[in-house]
Amino acid sequence: MTQDEAARRPNRLPTTQYDYDALIHEDRVHQSLYTDAGIFREEMRKVFGAVWVYLAHESQIPKNNDFVTSKLGLRPIIVVRDNAGTIRALYNRCTHRGATICRQPSGSARSFSCPYHGWSYFNTGQLSGVPWPEGYGCDFSDPKYNLAQVPRVASYRGFIFGTLNPDAPSLEDYLGPVRQPLDEWLDRHPGGKVAFCDANRLKFRGNWKLLYDNSCDGYHVIFSHRSLLAMENRLVAGNMPEKGMAFYKNSPDDGPIYLKYFGNGHHFKDKRATVEKRPGALWEIEGPHPGMERYEAALRARLGENADAVLDLASSEPVNINVFPNLHILGNHVQVSQPLSVSETDTTWWGTAVVDENGALHGEVDAVNALRMRTQESFPNFGEVDDLMNFEEIQAGLAAEEDEWVYMHRGLDVPGRITTDADGVITGPSTDEVFLRETYKYYRQLMTAEPDIAITREVAHD
Amino acid sequence: MTEAKTHDPSLTSWYVGEDFYQDLVDAFTDWQTDEREVDDLALRDTCRRLLEKEARLLDRCRLEDWLALYAPECVYWVPATPHGGDPRREIAVSFDDRRRLEDRIFRLRNDFAWSQRPQSRTARLVSNVTVFATGDRAELMVRSTFLTTELQAGDKRTYTGWYGHRLRRLEDGWRIVVKQVNLIDCDRNLRNPSIVL
Repeated sequence: MTQDEAARRPNRLPTTQYDYDALIHEDRVHQSLYTDAGIFREEMRKVFGAVWVYLAHESQIPKNNDFVTSKLGLRPIIVVRDNAGTIRALYNRCTHRGATICRQPSGSARSFSCPYHGWSYFNTGQLSGVPWPEGYGCDFSDPKYNLAQVPRVASYRGFIFGTLNPDAPSLEDYLGPVRQPLDEWLDRHPGGKVAFCDANRLKFRGNWKLLYDNSCDGYHVIFSHRSLLAMENRLVAGNMPEKGMAFYKNSPDDGPIYLKYFGNGHHFKDKRATVEKRPGALWEIEGPHPGMERYEAALRARLGENADAVLDLASSEPVNINVFPNLHILGNHVQVSQPLSVSETDTTWWGTAVVDENGALHGEVDAVNALRMRTQESFPNFGEVDDLMNFEEIQAGLAAEEDEWVYMHRGLDVPGRITTDADGVITGPSTDEVFLRETYKYYRQLMTAEPDIAITREVAHD
Repeated sequence: MTEAKTHDPSLTSWYVGEDFYQDLVDAFTDWQTDEREVDDLALRDTCRRLLEKEARLLDRCRLEDWLALYAPECVYWVPATPHGGDPRREIAVSFDDRRRLEDRIFRLRNDFAWSQRPQSRTARLVSNVTVFATGDRAELMVRSTFLTTELQAGDKRTYTGWYGHRLRRLEDGWRIVVKQVNLIDCDRNLRNPSIVL
């Protein structure tokens, strides 16, 4: 750190007080990664401050002046589409004394006024005025009085990300090959897009990485979700197809489910090959949901053979697409994880609705969405709650400090399980923990470096 | 609708259609008006006893007996949106028809529902019971305030808010057609919402 930098950020912490090479091994990581508040504090800078972090979805702020509050790590953020249409990520923190200036989760505003002393800002972040300015001897046109904002904000097909790291690659390069499953997930919808439609909001007393560790895990499914698998199939009889996640049963490593590790902590579990490639096949394996027989009959009566493809849009897409560090696309959900402290995490399962601007659904978009809301409520109600309980119980187990290691060596040193292609993309069976090992290699790389975090107060438009 | 009548709502979901949703949204819009408040003490007591019985059965985890308080075609609705929203266009915390309620009970009775192992203990207070008339003498709307304390994993939590019950008089007495659970934190992140609220 130069003297100038020290003067600029007098409270800047030393790079690290931890030996991450000793805490992260090929086959295991140390329990303190999940329990140490000092490591958590470093993560908020070295992980969440260094990479592109998902902030919001464009469908939440469709019009100019719309905003939604979010967080980048622990930093309170207002994601706003400003008066001129530029999407910005403003710090929700008054330049004056630090109070949050926006206390509504979403809305529309051309300006934000601090409730404490009345400083107000345009939704570009520019200071618009302070009460009784004659009491100040400064020049308020100096940008240093504008709101801080995330210097780099970019969208990928509706998903808004921000990074504080001037040295980060472009968003597209950061995402890299995970864009392919993301594109495929979007492109199954008319117009290649979805709209958010409220959420199942959950929280757990556990470290945020417990959720990330779970996100590509095909090993836990038939154990952690045993009650859900039984529930989804309780009415199955005779020759009816098995429902829901039954495709994990028996030996999931020998079946067509696979996972991929893409680099930068991103990974993907693909279950689509378990479903026949014909319209209606996805709908056939949906478990029971409110309204399904009634809506299906009505759609078949109205659409004939076109009904199958429409019903598939109400069905859960069998993929898990995980974008490090906080975005997951699974089924039809967009799941966002939000660390609150070393041992508290919010996880919000945004529902997505189909948007049909060009009549591709023969006027049935409302029927599809009425079904799709119900299919999406199933997993958070009957599956995720069991995972979250297991995460909480991991956090409880990890309180045993001297029992130091968490193992993730499934597949390691077993020949023939994993292939790596010319671009470095790794493919393995669905229960392999290679995705964990690779993610923690990337995590170790982040935690042993120090990003040169920057904010901006300039309000220039794109 | 005649076709719907031939289907067992425990096995198929024929009653949750567009007309059902529209009727639901209409019934839960602008219903708590002073002029519709019911004075009749006996009727109010009938409603209060039904709500108290529901709380008692849930606290004792008599889930099958609890579900018997519901009409065959019923909904348990926990909106994620303050004031309810429109379940056709919005995700709810929970939106269960009869079959999904039976799914819910089946899962809670399964030994591998980890979110309820060990099973939570609950104590429910239901109060401020106010009954509202509707255009149909065989149907009432009831607002009540609830405070449910849950002991899970040695840790006490609370759920609070207000219930909107839609009751219908069937041949064997008043039954619950809809239970709308309005959590004061419905649009905030909830910790392990795996009990029946």
